[in-house]
Amino acid sequence: MTDQPTTAEPTPAGGAPGGSGLSPRKKQQISRGVQYVVLVAVVVFLALNINWVDLGKNFTRLDIAEQMLPELFTVALKNTIIYSVGGFVFAFLFGLLFALMRMSSVRPYRWIAVVYIEIFRGLPALLIFLLILFLPLALSGFEVPGGTYGQGILGLAIVGSAYMAETLRAGLQAVPKGQMEAARSLGMSYTRAMVSIVIPQALRIVIPPTTNQFVSLLKDSSLVLFLGVSGDYVELTKFGNDTASTFANATPILVVGVTYLLVTIPLGYLASRLEGRQVRGR
Amino acid sequence: MTVNPANPANPVPPDAPAAPATHAVEIRDLHKYFGKNEVLRGIDFAVDPGQVVCVIGPSGSGKSTLLRCVNLLEQPTSGKVVVNGVELTHRDVDIDAARRGVGMVFQQFNLFPHMTVLQNVMISQRRVLKRGKAEAERIARENLDKVGIGEKCDAFPAQLSGGQQQRVAIARALAMSPALMLFDEPTSALDPELVGDVLTVMRKLAEEGMTMLVVTHEMAFARDVADRVVFMDGGVIVEDGTPEQVISAPQHERTKTFLRRVLDPTHTDI
Repeated sequence: MTDQPTTAEPTPAGGAPGGSGLSPRKKQQISRGVQYVVLVAVVVFLALNINWVDLGKNFTRLDIAEQMLPELFTVALKNTIIYSVGGFVFAFLFGLLFALMRMSSVRPYRWIAVVYIEIFRGLPALLIFLLILFLPLALSGFEVPGGTYGQGILGLAIVGSAYMAETLRAGLQAVPKGQMEAARSLGMSYTRAMVSIVIPQALRIVIPPTTNQFVSLLKDSSLVLFLGVSGDYVELTKFGNDTASTFANATPILVVGVTYLLVTIPLGYLASRLEGRQVRGR
Repeated sequence: MTVNPANPANPVPPDAPAAPATHAVEIRDLHKYFGKNEVLRGIDFAVDPGQVVCVIGPSGSGKSTLLRCVNLLEQPTSGKVVVNGVELTHRDVDIDAARRGVGMVFQQFNLFPHMTVLQNVMISQRRVLKRGKAEAERIARENLDKVGIGEKCDAFPAQLSGGQQQRVAIARALAMSPALMLFDEPTSALDPELVGDVLTVMRKLAEEGMTMLVVTHEMAFARDVADRVVFMDGGVIVEDGTPEQVISAPQHERTKTFLRRVLDPTHTDI
């Protein structure tokens, strides 16, 4: 009885079977109808119950947004990009170093890499920034080179490198062994083969996860505000927060949020383009 | 007799290992273990300059391992490997320098997928032999023309058929002006209709006097082109002689069994 209506549907055009004998297509139609009804209900409820005027006053005051204007880009966005690009570059370089160490034939190198990766992958990013803040206390006389920029970049580099190391290792190991063998059989040294043959292929493989990594670092750069930055060193989140306090209005938060998206959305698009190119190159 | 095998297109580069030795390849008492598994059980064997030697045998007989020991892609457990007069198994040998004189062609082609055909053939000339760009390109194009694929210079490997890829791989090895070429089942990964093109190129190389060591299942090629055929089984050389001796009139039971099976695939009693 159960499988009779589901498998064959020889029912003539007019014959709508009643009860539980609904055809799969009919069931699908009903399910979709219910989903639309729920959607409309939620939208109507929100439209009627939200105080749009208050919301607008708090989040979309153009006059306040205007006041943020030159600094939003010339200081805040610029600094966000300095912190995250700087952090990413070092995260990448150290990530590559730790990935190669992790694959090294020298055992202590492998141990060091594993310990580093396990520790810094497991710690919250905020904790690492707090550690950096207290670094001069622990090592008297020590100062991170580059001042506030240096501290921010160091924090992001530490956070990012542990993840990058694992991503890059996966990429390096995804390159077929025959590639190294072919390169070596042509007389290339191990290092030369790595640099010319294996690493370029690994990089293409890791483009998508690496883009995610960069977006993640871009967002983590907001934690720089815990370093007690001010003036010329503020990045987007700190800038938004400060401006919001000044005007006692949430508009700056929205503006800053949109500014993040201005960077992250094109990045995602770029990454998918690069992926496309990689597929063609294969 | 002591001269390097002639390769008219590619004069032997000055920094190739000097090879005034009698043998192009000389192997003495070679043993290779993978873990506890002894894959090569004492191989003694030599290839003279200009000779084409085909190695045949059932899978797992150690023939690929033997070939890979000749350019030290596998490190022999014990024994001696001398190639072009350089003892590769000597601890002080510069293995990268020694490998320049030995070209290798793999079953899976192993072209570099992120480079064009031309770049594939140029990269090691540029990076290893430090040839100038123009010279490397000229030599690359010469060799690509030679394997009949000159018009595909700007294609990426993925855009080529298996047979074309394998011919690029041969050109890539030849561009390093090797004195010896190793072929590791070069046609085993190819569709049957593409095998011929690759074998034609190899045949041409053999006619030009290239020293070749070929692991293959192509009995017709072994019979027609090889100066010597070596039959391996269970990690030892069972039979070694001219194609007539080994293929047409094998002496050992193991060789006979193997050949029966290879020459008549419907013969499935083993």
